[in-house]
Amino acid sequence: MIPELGHFVLIVALLLALIQGILPLIGAQRGNTALMALARPAAQGQFVFVAIAYACLTYSFLTNDFSVENVARNSFSQLPEVYRITATWGSHEGSLLLWVLMLGFWTTAVSVFSRHLPDDMVARVIGVMGLISVGFLAFLLVTSNPFDRLLPAAADGRDMNPLLQDWGMIIHPPMLYMGYVGFAVAFAFAIAALISGKLDAAWARWSRPWTTVAWAFLTFGIALGSWWAYRELGWGGWWFWDPTENASFMPWLAGTALIHSLAVTEKRGAFKAWTVLLALTAFSLSLLGTFLVRSGVLSSVHAFATDPARGAFILAFLAVVIGGSLTLYAWRAPKMLTGGPFTWFSREAMLLANNVVLLAAMGSVLLGTLYPLLMDALGMGKISVGPPYFNAVFVPVMAPALFLMGVGPLARWKGDSLPDMVARLKWALAISVATGLLLPLTLKGFNPWATLGFTLSAWILLTVLIGFRERLKHSGRLANLPRGYWGMQLAHLGMAWGVAGITLVANYQQEIDVRMKVGDHTSLAGYTFTFQGTTEEPGPNYRVAKGTVEVSKEGKQLFVLHPEKRIYNASGMPMTEADIHPNFFRDVYVALGEPLDEDAKTWAVRIFHKPFINWLWLGALLMVIGGFMAASDRRYRIAVKKSEAPAGAAAQGA
Amino acid sequence: MKSRHKKLLAIGLGVAGLGVIAALVLNAFQDNLVFFFSPTQVIAGEAPKDRAFRIGGLVEADSVKRDPDGLTVRFLVTDTAKTIPVTYKGILPDLFKEGKGVVAEGKLGEGGMFMATQVLAKHDENYMPPEAAQALEQAQKAQATLSQ
Repeated sequence: MIPELGHFVLIVALLLALIQGILPLIGAQRGNTALMALARPAAQGQFVFVAIAYACLTYSFLTNDFSVENVARNSFSQLPEVYRITATWGSHEGSLLLWVLMLGFWTTAVSVFSRHLPDDMVARVIGVMGLISVGFLAFLLVTSNPFDRLLPAAADGRDMNPLLQDWGMIIHPPMLYMGYVGFAVAFAFAIAALISGKLDAAWARWSRPWTTVAWAFLTFGIALGSWWAYRELGWGGWWFWDPTENASFMPWLAGTALIHSLAVTEKRGAFKAWTVLLALTAFSLSLLGTFLVRSGVLSSVHAFATDPARGAFILAFLAVVIGGSLTLYAWRAPKMLTGGPFTWFSREAMLLANNVVLLAAMGSVLLGTLYPLLMDALGMGKISVGPPYFNAVFVPVMAPALFLMGVGPLARWKGDSLPDMVARLKWALAISVATGLLLPLTLKGFNPWATLGFTLSAWILLTVLIGFRERLKHSGRLANLPRGYWGMQLAHLGMAWGVAGITLVANYQQEIDVRMKVGDHTSLAGYTFTFQGTTEEPGPNYRVAKGTVEVSKEGKQLFVLHPEKRIYNASGMPMTEADIHPNFFRDVYVALGEPLDEDAKTWAVRIFHKPFINWLWLGALLMVIGGFMAASDRRYRIAVKKSEAPAGAAAQGA
Repeated sequence: MKSRHKKLLAIGLGVAGLGVIAALVLNAFQDNLVFFFSPTQVIAGEAPKDRAFRIGGLVEADSVKRDPDGLTVRFLVTDTAKTIPVTYKGILPDLFKEGKGVVAEGKLGEGGMFMATQVLAKHDENYMPPEAAQALEQAQKAQATLSQ
């Protein structure tokens, strides 16, 4: 009964989404207030019904209803309860349902926090989001119904993929989707502005906080994904340039460009057409990312082609969204007036350069991700593009962006003087370069990559401090600085922190693979590791060989690690569960390979010493905090009504 | 400098910058594309001699041997038509198993031995790496045409 109820309310949600997607748009076009007023209740109703459907699916998972195909394929009677809840979004169908739920959540948020916006704008924004929802709900109902029954019912489920049975995975997908879907708000604002032709500073001011919040969620989601991969995949890496990672990274790069370009549009009224294009791009990449990861096209182009209904629907949907929005853009954008003039050395110019660099980086990731798929689809052979390509391109492309991150926030709008800037920054530059050159010498000798990384992190750190000092001369106290400014500085500091962590771990990590008998010692990075064998233990839905490795330094025992090798009952899948001793300065990471003799007394063991790896995620966390802080700036809440005029008055602001 | 000249200069610099980026990308792309070959293709001499590539197929049953150091592994990869000996030093992925699909990246060494730097086995018991599946498929097609 419950699955049928879920199916039914999903159909109701689709009908409400149709109302939400069509009538308010017509109303806004004709100036019909009654039709426009439908937007809010329709959106909220749709959200309620999708939420009920989602609850029904979760209920089926919780009660182990293996007569539902989705549950039978992705859950298991012995699966711990918390993972049965997360298994709801572990499958293709469930994850799309989560997507629609998030979209409903964002739309409802827009409907609640938009009291101060003009009615036609609200109607259009909610209408566009309704149309996106129609696409996803139709896709779910037509090709990927999560409530399909399995007759006869399965005796037991096939279990959730053991890799996903980790608490990093409990929050990673919802956060990532909050980010992906959040860009739908920026997209809807852009489309609404294109339709109405009212693309002004006020528009930028409305979409800015939404975009920043979406960006913060996406940043958090990506960081969690990286942290999960590091802990769970047993290879000790934190980024693999895997297509699934790139799928989330491309919208992040476009979204980062967008939040910077929006700043110019809001403050100076410039870059309007460009900002709109970025909003369309960021959301299109979110859609592309969702489908890349969820359609199965990555594991096999041919599997995708053999399921024509899904494949055709996805391609058609992408074509409608991307093609349609670009057509509208081509038609409307040339009519937009450009904003105030600026010289080549101004904050606008720096932000423009930042945008160009970010998009070039995004393009290189896109090429490396899609090219192998394209070659395969065309039958031109199988190729792979691995981390060496991405590292070779990405590092040199992003280095100028990080340099600009130091100068941009200090440059004045409209135009600044280069000699002045040199005078303001010469010490910062000298100290950063000196740090970059000397720090590697004290560590392991000269290393150009370490020099580049250290120089850039020191540069950002120092310029952020200079920025605070200069602002304090005007406003006196830290607490008087607007939150938008704080947010920007924290996010930039987070970037510096993360880059420092990446530089340290990439250049100074140590690793050994070693054969260890019970009682064997080995040492790495000053630590001595003693293997004390393994014990067999049962887990909730797996059996485990639990290893014991004592770690000591200079004869003093420090801590004991228990890396595990699990065999999952339902799938028979083996899983390596590394054990990590983290602290602020380094991680000690031990993973079991495989037993090398019959009675499992000797094992292959992998040991890492990862200096400062946690700085990477701490830096990302600071960026997230910065994002939320910037979005909560009070001028988004009080100044909206007044800001219909060009925002020249705010030009001297953050 | 007139403002028109400045604008031209800015555009020129922008174009030059994009050119540098494009050159960087294409160069890295050229150097880092990794092609895939099936064991049959490798035996036929189609694989490059001095460049890394990927092979795929099944790990032949009873072919996995360990050197006394415990970390060097030797095994045979087959597409059911031809087999290639592979050696790899390090920890194998969880799903590496005899009779299952595998993909290895590395270079051809002395005597046709494939020196793997990376062994991939994907994270699902029933899942066949697409490259491995393709190698098997090709070999079966080739055998079918031979027997006709």
